[in-house]
Amino acid sequence: MAKAKPRVKVPKSADKDEVITIKTLISHKMESGQRKDKDGNPIPRQIINKFTCEFNGKPVFSCDLEPAISANPYLEFSAKVPESGVFTFTWLDDDGSVYSTESKIKVN
Amino acid sequence: MNITRRQALALGAGAAVVTMTALPRLSLADTDAVKAAIDAMAGGATPEVANVTLTAPEIAENGNTVPITVAIDSPMTDDDYVTDVTILAAGNPSPGVATFHFTPMSGSAEATTRMRLAKTQDVIAVAKTSTGKVYMDRKTVKVTIGGCGG
Repeated sequence: MAKAKPRVKVPKSADKDEVITIKTLISHKMESGQRKDKDGNPIPRQIINKFTCEFNGKPVFSCDLEPAISANPYLEFSAKVPESGVFTFTWLDDDGSVYSTESKIKVN
Repeated sequence: MNITRRQALALGAGAAVVTMTALPRLSLADTDAVKAAIDAMAGGATPEVANVTLTAPEIAENGNTVPITVAIDSPMTDDDYVTDVTILAAGNPSPGVATFHFTPMSGSAEATTRMRLAKTQDVIAVAKTSTGKVYMDRKTVKVTIGGCGG
């Protein structure tokens, strides 16, 4: 399949200790393993099974995903920003691939 | 034995009453898999129906992408915060949907995602706090077109 492309929306700046909202989306078909192809054979499961968000190396939020999550998994959550730094987002695929992206934020 | 038309009608009406009273009770009963998943979170305790707000559409036209938001009323301090929230879909082939792990760095215990629903069913959120409390909420979502392949 085409390489999964992560997209993340994080504000560029925030006040100290402000709680911001982060939106993430990654293009992935999230094959559930329940579907069958036209010959009746089950299509093997291939999903993103874990998502993590870290801020300056410290865990902020993570999520275990099951096949019941829609294609192109979308996640929205919040984070507290104590200082300027970098958010690191990581998605783990069933096939072992790791997709990640980073986003900088500045505290005013 | 001959059944008159009057008797046949009475029988039919009786059967209808029986099915109508039996059905809601069936939908309230969780399957073993759902119970097991709730128990795994609660550790045997009965979750309190409070503090959790599960937001989902009443009617989902397309079961392939149903937006859901879960928000837990919590101070989210280092001593008292929500650690895990599990979303379960009682009528899917496998009930697990997602488990969110929060930290005090999350700021607020709220998350949104999009899920698949195979048919009309209950969606359940179970939340666990760092102080050992377990809360839950459930919501019925009507699904017009199921979203689990087929």
